[in-house]
Amino acid sequence: MSLLQVENLSIAFGGVKAVDGVSFNVEAGEVFTIVGPNGAGKSTIFNLISRLYEPSGGRILLDGQDITRLPAHKIAPLGIARTFQNIELFDHSTVLQNLLMGRHVRRKTLWVEDLLFLPRVRRAEREHRRHVEEVIDFLDLAAYRDKLIAGLPYGVRKVVEIARALSSGPRLILLDEPASGLSVEETKDMAWWIEDMQKDLGLTILMVEHDMSLVSRVSDRVLAVAEGKPLALGTSAEVQADPRVIEAYLGAEETA
Amino acid sequence: MRVQFKSSYDDDINLFQDNRHRIQYGILILLAIAAPFVLPEYFVGELTQIAIWSLAGLGLMLLVGHTGQVSLGHAAFMAIGAFANIALMARGWPFIPALIASAVITGVAGAVLARPLLRMTGIYLAIATLALSVIIEDIAIIAEPVTGGVSGVLAPIIELFGYEIDRYGTPTAFYYLCLGVLLLVTLMYANLLRSPSGRAFLAVRDSEVSARALGVNVANTKTLAFTLSCAITGLAGALYAHMVQVVNYESFLILISITLLLQVVIGGLGAMHGAFLGAIVVVLLPQVIATLRDLVNAHTPIALGNYPGMDMAAFALIILVMVIYEPRGLYGVWLKVRTWFQLFPLYRKGMFRRSRTYLKTERMR
Ligand SMILES: Nc1ncnc2c1ncn2[C@@H]1O[C@H](COP(=O)(O)OP(=O)(O)OP(=O)(O)O)[C@@H](O)[C@H]1O
Ligand SMILES: [Mg+2]
Repeated sequence: MSLLQVENLSIAFGGVKAVDGVSFNVEAGEVFTIVGPNGAGKSTIFNLISRLYEPSGGRILLDGQDITRLPAHKIAPLGIARTFQNIELFDHSTVLQNLLMGRHVRRKTLWVEDLLFLPRVRRAEREHRRHVEEVIDFLDLAAYRDKLIAGLPYGVRKVVEIARALSSGPRLILLDEPASGLSVEETKDMAWWIEDMQKDLGLTILMVEHDMSLVSRVSDRVLAVAEGKPLALGTSAEVQADPRVIEAYLGAEETA
Repeated sequence: MRVQFKSSYDDDINLFQDNRHRIQYGILILLAIAAPFVLPEYFVGELTQIAIWSLAGLGLMLLVGHTGQVSLGHAAFMAIGAFANIALMARGWPFIPALIASAVITGVAGAVLARPLLRMTGIYLAIATLALSVIIEDIAIIAEPVTGGVSGVLAPIIELFGYEIDRYGTPTAFYYLCLGVLLLVTLMYANLLRSPSGRAFLAVRDSEVSARALGVNVANTKTLAFTLSCAITGLAGALYAHMVQVVNYESFLILISITLLLQVVIGGLGAMHGAFLGAIVVVLLPQVIATLRDLVNAHTPIALGNYPGMDMAAFALIILVMVIYEPRGLYGVWLKVRTWFQLFPLYRKGMFRRSRTYLKTERMR
């Protein structure tokens, strides 16, 4: 059974059918990428999976379990973590604090225990910190550990957001345009990390990305969408060669 | 410049980062304890007020500064704490259980109100909580058996470990009582901030979408913050009642709610220090303004005393200047001064320039 199954997913905002009957399966351990022109509905698909939006139709299954009606905060505990296209970090906190916030799903103590800071709380804090340090090592963030987010360069923030997602110890990670706004160098690093996440951490990755060189390099399978509808599914090369996809991109350019 | 070397995770988990930090706060507490012996009696009263307003400020800081939910109704929760404490003591409860119970009662009241209130955000939340401030005046008159109706109730004398504590008879003992409660609450507040509960508050404050995506139950987190905030404010209300000794429907007017909010804003939102610094300003500024006014009256032909409302206007002006030029409050000023000294002579202009922040609505997609 696939790790994530999306069946006939739909949502409309006013008259706009942002997502219109999209179906796909993400297999455990693969890098699955969604591509499409601006406004195609890619981020909306992510927001539907995160349950930030209410779908008007269709189903989302994780490991066969229907998560379509779960409240948003019940998604992360199932092992789904994500990043946002426009970076949603906690700007007034340090990198370390942000990553510790990523450990929320792993919290073991009640607020009363926290209030008294019982020995249990301290032990749990050390444990959280150990996990967070592993992520810091993995993504090479040690130099920024105690820095406030608000003062960090854009490229670093992108990495911190991925680090925060990893801190929760997910099975599936959703990356919304991880390379947008990054320099060529930074994009290369990002490709390495995505490969490492897949190979070393054994994660399943669902990604939205415009940079086709990155997409071709890391993706096992690619789904192209346009105007909320799925166009083509296959390897990166197959999808890029698909006439419907080429037409969708050209059409988008003409109207843009 | 001082660089701190960390040798274990506990350096970040502990209440104090290092010994230097520990000593600084130790000295501060010793000074607070020694104050009544060196200062004239008048100042003991002022310090007591500062302690009580710090406590109330901590209550509001938890909600506004650390969870990002505004309240213009916290005087109402001071009122609940005050009336509950006096009513219980009048029915024979000893002081300490009555004090704890008044915190619990106020917390429960807060928890009940939190759900409907916190569905609102921003300006709507401000208006709804403002309404609380209005309603509490009427409730204070109507609920006569508890609140004594229009004439109000008298705070009974506190009996503690065989001593009688009362604000006028034994001002120092009353000061220590308030200081003790304040320190205890401060400790618990600090504990909260260094543990998952506190981080959840900050997460909700800085990005609700992210918080939800990380598994934070936003509604529950806000409710908890509101509950704890109200409980602390209720404690402050109970102590306040013993300070002013008579409380009635006029003791907790909207002005108190507003002053309390201004206090945390001036002090610096998002830092516990802000509640304390704000309290010092709120308690001492009127005295300073009065002194200045007398000076002006005595040495110039302008009779400022003839213009009523000057104090409030000066207060408002200071706040305005503060909010425009130093949105991080007095604590922000303090951080800058400290950094300037630590880095001397390396301080660069523009080091604290804020990067452009986006409205939440601008960044949703
Ligand atoms: N909350 C919302 N309210 C109204 N319309 C929305 C909302 N979210 C998305 N849309 C609309 O849905 C459509 C798809 O948007 P979406 O953000 O999913 O595009 P995208 O494929 O991620 O584009 P991009 O590549 O620019 O990020 C757009 O027309 C957008 O305006
Ligand atoms: Mg998008």
